[in-house]
Amino acid sequence: MKIAVASGKGGTGKTTVALALASSFEGEIIYLDCDVEEPNAHLFLNPEVEKAETVYSFVPLVNESKCTLCGKCDDICRFSSIVIMGRKLVTYPAMCHGCRGCELVCPEKAITAGKRELGTIAQGRSGNINLLTGRLRIGEAMSPPLIKHLKSLIPESAKHIISDAPPGASCPMVATVRDADFVLLVTEPTPFGINDLSIAFEALREMNLPCGLIINRSMPGNRTAHEFAEKNNIRILLEIPDDRAIAEGYSRGALITETRPELKSGFISVFKKIGEIISAGREAYP
Amino acid sequence: MKELVVISGKGGAGKTSITASLVVLAGKSVIVDADVDAADMHLVLPLKETCKFPFEAGFAAVLDTSKCTECGYCREVCQFSAINEKYEIDHILCEGCGVCAHFCPSGAISMQLKTCGDWFVSETPFGTMMHARLFPGEESSGLLVSRLRQEARARAEAGAIDLCITDGPPGIGCPVIASITGASLVLAVAEPTISGIHDVKRVKELAGFFRIPVVLCINKSGLNPEIETEFRKWAAVNKVPVVGEIPYDSDVTAAMMAGKTIVQHSGGKPSRAISLLWEELKASLELGGV
Repeated sequence: MKIAVASGKGGTGKTTVALALASSFEGEIIYLDCDVEEPNAHLFLNPEVEKAETVYSFVPLVNESKCTLCGKCDDICRFSSIVIMGRKLVTYPAMCHGCRGCELVCPEKAITAGKRELGTIAQGRSGNINLLTGRLRIGEAMSPPLIKHLKSLIPESAKHIISDAPPGASCPMVATVRDADFVLLVTEPTPFGINDLSIAFEALREMNLPCGLIINRSMPGNRTAHEFAEKNNIRILLEIPDDRAIAEGYSRGALITETRPELKSGFISVFKKIGEIISAGREAYP
Repeated sequence: MKELVVISGKGGAGKTSITASLVVLAGKSVIVDADVDAADMHLVLPLKETCKFPFEAGFAAVLDTSKCTECGYCREVCQFSAINEKYEIDHILCEGCGVCAHFCPSGAISMQLKTCGDWFVSETPFGTMMHARLFPGEESSGLLVSRLRQEARARAEAGAIDLCITDGPPGIGCPVIASITGASLVLAVAEPTISGIHDVKRVKELAGFFRIPVVLCINKSGLNPEIETEFRKWAAVNKVPVVGEIPYDSDVTAAMMAGKTIVQHSGGKPSRAISLLWEELKASLELGGV
């Protein structure tokens, strides 16, 4: 079961929910922290780091003695990362997407593979949770290649995976959720929360991914998130009350299941409900 | 013209609520909602849309099956595994690099310009606002942010307005980099939580990388006094001035639920704290390092 936790907006409780789910699960589970711009799960899990590596992306390396300034690389590059300026070939590694067009097109074989650091990836364990976390290098703009690399490290034997998605609904979020079996949306019942939820939901619908909703900071009498769920035929899987004690627990790095142990059974039942939805088939749910 | 950009690294720290209040206090500025993934400022600032423009950026590969001989060369050269065995192009994986189109021996692949979203110019009672809506799943958000800031600068100059206030996106990646490059001052909003302090350190590093001065505002103060103390120590050591502290208070959520900015909704503690913050920011913008 591959579950991705997403919300559109940041601060709605994605990491809180993903951690509570992972820690309520009985058995081995892989936790992928795909919010590589601001990874936070490790702060709550304090895993022992077992493995760490640096991840690189291709950038062109030019051998000037071989280059004839024919301009073919400049022509093929759509990202302006290799340009002829006057009598010199200039590269802008930060803008390179790593398509290798320049290397392939160069008739003189003057371009070889150089590398740009994307960030680092660390693997560690905390109880039943095997945490894989990515950390984008400061100044690096592109996070999806690092997310893709992080996902490639999931062992093939892994049965249960929870991915903590980055906020938003653009490429980093899509890179995280696209091959999930189920996307768990987390929202808070405020105008900001519902606005962002609707954007994330639209992205999921375009990808034809089944999803369900968890309402965080649920307030008695507030039906805005319920109304959204009804209108869009999304099942509400759990409601977490708005509670200062939970916010304080979070501030110290405590899991919600530690602050409010009585909520644990709710998270366990979420797994069951997700299993039902997946087996009912994608057609039944948007 | 001075440009103030509000970022937080993490989402949910209170960036938008605070920025919208600063816009009200400033009275007259050019406003940019740079969270093009999920723009939210319009929920608390009344606005009237005046212009809408399509945002065209990047290309998508399109394969003409009548010309395709299924030779497989496109699949071989594509670094993004965007073409499957049935020769269907996955537009989520396609980076629009055009390498497949260039090398296709039968000329079956062409590159078509993509519309990735819309951007808007709107009027608020406190100035013109640039905002945008990136279509779900699209990329090029950094480019879209740069476009909004460019337009904002042009309008500020044309209208002789000397301040631009930008509500930045979360994170530290391409849209954030596009939001802060060349700015006069970055206001980092952070909540006193272990993740808040972790993320604000990354924001400080990012601003340092681009040599932009940073000041700090602690939001939701009172939630965890120990971490606040740690925050202040870190700020002192790293020479980040703490220019504001806004208490954890139900007034903030109440204002949001009412669809109003905090300073317009009530004169309570958070509202007074933001007014003080604004005075400090004005001083920072006019004085040193900016």
